[in-house]
Amino acid sequence: MEKDQDKILSDVTTGEYKYGFYSDIEMDRIPKGLSEEVVRIISAKKKEPEWLLDFRLKSYRHWLTMKMPTWANLKIAPINYQEIIFYAAPKERKNLNNVDDIDPELKKTFDKLGIPLEEQKHLAGVAVDAVIDSVSVKTTFKETLAEMGIIFCSFSDAVKEYPDLVKRYMGSVVPYTDNFFATLNSAVFSDGSFCYIPKGVRCPMELSTYFRINSANTGQFERTLLIADEESYVSYLEGCTAPSRDENQLHAAIVEIVAEKNAEVKYSTVQNWYPGDKEGKGGVFNFVTKRGMCKGENSKISWTQIETGSAITWKYPSCILRGDNSTGEFYSVAVTNNYQQADTGTKMTHIGKNTKSTIVSKGISAGHGQNSYRGLVKVLKNASNARNYSQCDSLLLGDKCGAHTFPYLEVDNQTAIVEHEATTSKIGEDQIFYCNQRGISTEDAIGLIVNGYAREVINKLPMEFAVEAQKLLQISLEGSVG
Amino acid sequence: MNGKSEITEKYLGLYKDNINKISGISSAFINSFRAPAFEKFSELGIPTKKNEAYKYTNLNIFFDHDYENYFMPVPSDFIKAEEFRCDVTDLDAHGIVLLNGFYPTLNEKLRQLPSGVWIGSLNEAAVRFADIFEKHFGKYAKSETDGLIHLNTAMASDGVFVYIPEGVTLSKPVQVVNLVQSDEDMFNQHRNLIIAEKNSVFSIIICDHTLSPQKFLTNAVTEVFVGENAHFDIIRVQNEHNNACKITNTFIHQEKNSVTSSNNITLHGGLIRNSTYHHLGGEGAESYSYGLFLADKWQHIDNFVNMDHAFPNCTSNQLFKGVLDDMSTGAFNGRILVRPDAQGTLAYQKNNNILLTDDAKMDTKPQLEIFADDVKCSHGATIGQLDDDALFYLQSRGIDKREARLMLMFGFAHEVIQNIKIEPLRERMDNLVMQRLKGELSRCASCMVKCG
Repeated sequence: MEKDQDKILSDVTTGEYKYGFYSDIEMDRIPKGLSEEVVRIISAKKKEPEWLLDFRLKSYRHWLTMKMPTWANLKIAPINYQEIIFYAAPKERKNLNNVDDIDPELKKTFDKLGIPLEEQKHLAGVAVDAVIDSVSVKTTFKETLAEMGIIFCSFSDAVKEYPDLVKRYMGSVVPYTDNFFATLNSAVFSDGSFCYIPKGVRCPMELSTYFRINSANTGQFERTLLIADEESYVSYLEGCTAPSRDENQLHAAIVEIVAEKNAEVKYSTVQNWYPGDKEGKGGVFNFVTKRGMCKGENSKISWTQIETGSAITWKYPSCILRGDNSTGEFYSVAVTNNYQQADTGTKMTHIGKNTKSTIVSKGISAGHGQNSYRGLVKVLKNASNARNYSQCDSLLLGDKCGAHTFPYLEVDNQTAIVEHEATTSKIGEDQIFYCNQRGISTEDAIGLIVNGYAREVINKLPMEFAVEAQKLLQISLEGSVG
Repeated sequence: MNGKSEITEKYLGLYKDNINKISGISSAFINSFRAPAFEKFSELGIPTKKNEAYKYTNLNIFFDHDYENYFMPVPSDFIKAEEFRCDVTDLDAHGIVLLNGFYPTLNEKLRQLPSGVWIGSLNEAAVRFADIFEKHFGKYAKSETDGLIHLNTAMASDGVFVYIPEGVTLSKPVQVVNLVQSDEDMFNQHRNLIIAEKNSVFSIIICDHTLSPQKFLTNAVTEVFVGENAHFDIIRVQNEHNNACKITNTFIHQEKNSVTSSNNITLHGGLIRNSTYHHLGGEGAESYSYGLFLADKWQHIDNFVNMDHAFPNCTSNQLFKGVLDDMSTGAFNGRILVRPDAQGTLAYQKNNNILLTDDAKMDTKPQLEIFADDVKCSHGATIGQLDDDALFYLQSRGIDKREARLMLMFGFAHEVIQNIKIEPLRERMDNLVMQRLKGELSRCASCMVKCG
């Protein structure tokens, strides 16, 4: 019985990575390495205004003074920044007016990934901004959205067309001095998505960005800026994949969200970068800074993430609850299999009065995976009636993996109520036995239990994503449950 | 960091100035630890807030001070110690008094209790029981990050030694009263070694008191060996004035099927840091760690626990509670580490804190690090206030608000106190906690110093 279980577990957790193919797209690359010159080249290539170049240079100079932090519970092979190509873009990027203008190879790539670039053909009602390597290649439904005053475009276009908005908000949530990787991103970021929801508008469809690393030796540094003006609502999705390669690729992104008075932003991520092979070779280093600012009263930011990919994930989507009565949420499922490592969690900073935050984190470790939750709940002195509830559960599937929790609770106000709970366990034999008794095979039982375990988080995802996430969870764990 | 901090330099100097004097009164074996420990201390220095284990505790207030005196005893000091009597009247215990970390008796430095139990001075034991002593001393107090432990090893010269031979049950507890008294601001360190052999049963009470109002800094290390099937309890009662800083580091090593409990009750103290390291070093061992603190004014209380599950089928449970009044601050840092292959581990941890005022602050950092799969581990932490519903419930039954609040706080604290197995002490603690909550105990019990 025990043996069988182990075998099934190991079958369930040894699934293959589906998105490991490479597309031969004509690319415009700059030589590898990082220097002030490279920063200037990137800026020049993108025909950027002076102020943006200054911002980049300021960041780059600051970056030179910084050291890579070592506090995370991760083993990271040294990164040689001179071996990375900091800019790679599909060639011939004319102003795209219709789908036929897109390089057919590129279109094929996105078809393969199941990403709808052709508006007329898909029914899902999701507007997509597709980013390959460093550059946004196509944004769908731009016009439909524009009718409502919603701006959804690539970051570079935003710099050209809405410089005032970009200037005003860029770096306001994640300053260029924030941390090692955010500073690096501020210096060399290539593209990303920009989104602005005007006052009182409820975005009628899901907005989505799809990130793909394609070229070898490149790093991906995108930047997303999402602004929800007063009384607006938007739900935003993000997905990512990369080809299978033996070397590690670096991905250091920034996501900034600003929610004004009464605005609500829902940000969902399904992260499926290439996780490396079974021996832990290759895979993406995913070092991301995500932060949302609940600026106005009654604003709300909700992060949902399904983290199944990447060799190393280092990511803490956070909320600064500045407005009174604002709400921050964080729902996460992180899976580490084989030699994957994850150190992920959130920071909830309560500044305004009557602010609320909820944290639900579910870690699943299999193989030799190491999964850490690291979270900070900070209640400042004037944040009266702050309320936080955190729950972190870990599920261990195998005896070589690890699950860790590092919560920090810092409370400086007597009216605050802060609670934290964490549990760690493996799938109980009695649970499996219960299912077996009712005619459910051990393999299905494990699938059932894992899914039930993650349900609380998956339920927070928009419908189409939830289905994908569920499948992804199954694939990621294939061959590891027992 | 470039070079060592000024504060660390100060203690390096202190060592150099005093090492000859210190070595002169200790055995060669103890002295053999000093140089390497000093080496390690010079490397690590006094912990700063950058040290993850001291993230919420600023030691500088006490370490960055010129203590006129690093205590070395003279015989006349010992007479004062004789005058002190514990006021827990019906506590029947084998008493030992330590003055500023030294065993203050000129004659009988080691005492034999019934059934071959020995208690007395550490320095003396290092000579008389060299075999046993050398097997255990310096084996359990280890740290790669905390310089204070090495500072203690490098400089401490005396403390309490307790030896319980195989199979012995000591029915009465041993009570160690740690007195701190000096006419000058003083830094002192002591070192305890407790050895409970196979199948023995033993409990120890350590009471900390300050007798004079000077500024004191104490850095103590206690090493405990608990043999197979042995039962061991340690209860620490801390009652010091607001100008005293007490740092205790307790290392408990457990063998197969042994059971231990540790209970830290902090009633009063300027800056208190209790680190308890439980090492479950044999299959089937059980370990319980409790703590309660009541803080007010500018006090800072920090409890640190490291529960190291190194072997399969061990059980551990932690319960730490704090009540914070005025501008006091508190910290809790509890870690459960389950090493690979420590299957069948059960480990629980709970930390609850109540903030009574707007200026009080609590930081808590529970941690789980788990490398084995067949485990059940959980931790829970809360920071909040008294439950309004409970308060209303009591008030609606005719209990006035003040009384109701007291009842709730007392109940909150009693959850920790009830784990004390020695009845007279438990009652006494309940009593002291009640007084403290009522505000009647603004200074330490049995203290002549009016520091409040």
